[in-house]
Amino acid sequence: MSYHKITITINGVTDRVDVPSHMTLLQMLREKLALTGTKNGCAAGECGACTVLWNGEPVNSCMVLAVECDGAQIITVEGLAHDHQLDPIQEAIIAAGGVQCGFCIPGMLISARALLDRNPDPSDYEIRDALVGNLCRCTGYLRLIEAVKEAARRGEAEAAPA
Amino acid sequence: MLTPHPGLPEFDYIKPATLAEASQFLAQHAGEARAFVGGTDTFVRMRDGFWKDKYLVDVKHLDGMNTIAFDPLGGLTIGAAVNLNRVIVSPDVQNRYPVLAEACHTVASYPLRTRATIVGNICNASPAGDTIGACLVLKGSLRVHGVNGLRVEPLSTFFLGPGKTKLQRGDVVTAVHFPIPPKGYTARYLKLGRNTIGDLAIVGVTALGYRDDDTPSGYRFRLALASVAPIPLAPTRAEMILSDKPITEGTIAEAAEAAMEACTPIDDVRGSARYRKLMVRNLMRKVVTEVWKVISRQS
Repeated sequence: MSYHKITITINGVTDRVDVPSHMTLLQMLREKLALTGTKNGCAAGECGACTVLWNGEPVNSCMVLAVECDGAQIITVEGLAHDHQLDPIQEAIIAAGGVQCGFCIPGMLISARALLDRNPDPSDYEIRDALVGNLCRCTGYLRLIEAVKEAARRGEAEAAPA
Repeated sequence: MLTPHPGLPEFDYIKPATLAEASQFLAQHAGEARAFVGGTDTFVRMRDGFWKDKYLVDVKHLDGMNTIAFDPLGGLTIGAAVNLNRVIVSPDVQNRYPVLAEACHTVASYPLRTRATIVGNICNASPAGDTIGACLVLKGSLRVHGVNGLRVEPLSTFFLGPGKTKLQRGDVVTAVHFPIPPKGYTARYLKLGRNTIGDLAIVGVTALGYRDDDTPSGYRFRLALASVAPIPLAPTRAEMILSDKPITEGTIAEAAEAAMEACTPIDDVRGSARYRKLMVRNLMRKVVTEVWKVISRQS
């Protein structure tokens, strides 16, 4: 079994990490770097609980090898808040009462953030389409969809000139 | 059931510097090495214990793997490592090959499409592969680098069975290529899944149609079916009916019936064989009607 030394920037912090060939990005985050906000659900790219931003794009971290992340920029749920200020999508989900058991929320937040980054004013269909890979087994989808709309409205209000 | 362990079985990750090196390594370690791109099928198979390769050979960074290029004379070439989200937003795809974007968009979810690729979908050779029908009706071919250099594999003869293709030891697919499509063509992909979006196909039907003065009907159709045979299927008798007889609702229904007869689906967790056959007939009628309505309006 071979090991590889990679340089990776996670939530703005650059690190050198030794990883075995078969370690996934998900395992590296949780088991090596103790970033346990990212969840392991299905380990097969279906549930979305492990979604992180990989060079700005959402990806199932169980479907990426750690060694493939040499030079990559990763944002996990731990990296969404800045300066003790939650991301608007985090605030909107709390306000909407969108969290039940909470297991899907880290992945849901990342997918929603990525959607708003590429499309600040998504339609209902576009929100559902963007979140289709994030399963919530409490089935609390409606409040989550409402929260994404609310976060989009807040984003627009902030972007509008005073 | 316990949460599945996130780990993969042990293997060595190999990152060759050139295509020649990749082909050589794969040929030397035939049976214990596998080329991978996005890994969305490979990792699942390994995790589930079906594949036990000692080496995974990453080919994403090699020559030509990451580009989408359109040439007005030659057509469209999509590198093997171009992910589905990039295909969907490519202006060349949207303007000239929109059925490719339509098909890619039906695959899984946005985060999975960050990893998944058309070439991976093709090489996995699942009868349910969502993008394969569009690639077939657009007369796609693969650019393959093997131990003896580059060659072209037309998709029409590429598939041999579920998971079985014409690829040989040492082969690395570098790109999928599409010629310039027929003038004024329209194509659609209709997919039936258990959910509206995100599921594997119970049945998938692709139809491409265009005007053709050389056929008795004045039109020519290319059709493809997913999830209803051991390989992605082109129902040729249905295609012939649509070029031979004046196109009416009756002709379309007859072609849809022929498509249904051509398929040999199985019962599985997503649907019964009988249900699949009936859905092939119904969806084929619908997709051909939709395509015909568009192309018959053009003069």
